[in-house]
Amino acid sequence: MTAPAVHVFEHRLVSYRRTFRGSLFSSFLQPALFLTAMGVGLGALVNRPGNAALGGVSYLVFLAPGLLAGTAMQTAAFESTFPVMAAIRWVRSYVAMLATPIGVNDIVIGQLAWIAVRLTMVATIFVAIMTLFGATHSPAILLAIPVAVLTGMAFSAPIAAFSATQENAEGFNMLFRFVINPLFLFSGTFFPVGQLPALLQPIAYVTPLYHGVALARQLSLGTGTVSEAILHGGVLVAFVVVGVVACLITFRQRLVK
Amino acid sequence: MTADPRYHRGPMAQAQSPESSLIHARGLTKRFGDFTAVDAIDFDVAPGEAFGFLGPNGAGKTSTMRMIGCVSPKTEGTLTVLGMEPATYGPLIRARIGVVPQEDTLDQEMTVRDNLVIYGRYFNLPRAEARRRADQLLDFVQLTERAESSVEPLSGGMKRRLTIARSLINEPSLLLLDEPTTGLDPQARHLLWDRLYRLKQRGTTLVLTTHYMDEAEQLCDRLVVMDKARIVAGGSPRELIDQYSSREVLELRFASDIVESLDGQLEQLLDGRAERVERLPDRVLVYAADGEAAAVAVHAAGLRPESSLVRRSTLEDVFLRLTGRSLIE
Repeated sequence: MTAPAVHVFEHRLVSYRRTFRGSLFSSFLQPALFLTAMGVGLGALVNRPGNAALGGVSYLVFLAPGLLAGTAMQTAAFESTFPVMAAIRWVRSYVAMLATPIGVNDIVIGQLAWIAVRLTMVATIFVAIMTLFGATHSPAILLAIPVAVLTGMAFSAPIAAFSATQENAEGFNMLFRFVINPLFLFSGTFFPVGQLPALLQPIAYVTPLYHGVALARQLSLGTGTVSEAILHGGVLVAFVVVGVVACLITFRQRLVK
Repeated sequence: MTADPRYHRGPMAQAQSPESSLIHARGLTKRFGDFTAVDAIDFDVAPGEAFGFLGPNGAGKTSTMRMIGCVSPKTEGTLTVLGMEPATYGPLIRARIGVVPQEDTLDQEMTVRDNLVIYGRYFNLPRAEARRRADQLLDFVQLTERAESSVEPLSGGMKRRLTIARSLINEPSLLLLDEPTTGLDPQARHLLWDRLYRLKQRGTTLVLTTHYMDEAEQLCDRLVVMDKARIVAGGSPRELIDQYSSREVLELRFASDIVESLDGQLEQLLDGRAERVERLPDRVLVYAADGEAAAVAVHAAGLRPESSLVRRSTLEDVFLRLTGRSLIE
């Protein structure tokens, strides 16, 4: 990272200090609640001997890695919408930065780096809770942390690029309602994509969350092949690359006039 | 990580343009689509001077300031700031200037001190140095007691002072102020003027925009008047008054029923004593070298104004003459 981008990152960090207690608390609470309600509670109804669709594991063990990737997506979507809009329009921190040696590219890199760190925090806490619930079968679960971060960034970069084109938060409500929430429910998080109507399955395959969930699940269960993992990882990396390029374009269009 | 060239002053950074102008503009133009915000303006700002852009809203002052501040690329013309081209050396130039934008860009929820320290970090100051300068500057703008407060509850004047303190964290040789005192009460304005005056005495070059004439007269050694994207006049406040207004102005108020009948009459009876007569809805302005003599002539002709007042010409008279009286929105 260039020195100016580090300072952009630093600004986000100083801002975060205000809210980190509440934010950390909910990072613990959210997975604990979900794993209890869905994994343990609902899981008791779902678990039947020889449930092949779940790959022969308990529902809790099936669900947890999916939820990890889904949570990374939600965190990423939030961090790439409202804070970006605030820095452009409401608090105008980007505007303040641009009067100094910091440039637009530094802002993009520093902002995305900060989101990656936020995702690392959320994913690490999530994996710790998963382990406490006994919801993982493999020490490779530690690798699911970078996978969750990558999944988040596959959303973060394109969404931040989209945020820079928005005049107000209305588009964000649409984004959450029609993109983030459906993906959270139907990307293999709560049930295998194979359960979806055949027509809808291809849609799931082109979204980053499906690949993030699949990869995290491979690592958590210790299953799957290397070539599958490379495919999933490759799709996620492609979303990140395209998103970063889009950010460099839309941030410049928005901020340099 | 700190090897970024933007934070080092290369040989270009010291190179001054031949005219030794701090800012040099020729034919400088800014267009947004079909709209021309700045239309081929020429000006030079010398080191150490206080230079003002005067003009009504929408005249192109802010667009000009943003080009000087290297945040908005020019459309056409020549511009050098500190001897460097903004397009190539933007970050290097920005490292050496301070900017007070028209609308505050303070972080409302951060503390007053954090606002300064983080801004110092943007200039790659070491943390300890940024903190040291922050404390010094808080003292300079009389905000030391509010250092740990968040920005949000501060008054408008305090926020403005904080923005000025922030703009000084990199010890700039050139300070750009876009309407620094708009919306402030008289006490706050005078405190700000005092601080800006001190900076000028220390050798900081000030470039400011304003539509307050008293501010321009107080602060500016030289100024240009902008109207409809162009520069329409320039000089020291005194020179502008001498050139575009009379020495004195006689303000007359008449009962509304006789104002109509005065058409042409005043010009006739003041023949030779007035340079110009201007009729406004509520009063008549007589621009004259000797306002008292003009007043005597009016009374001698048997006219009985409800009130008459002789005053010296001000920059406001110049401004209204050059930019017109119609409201520009």
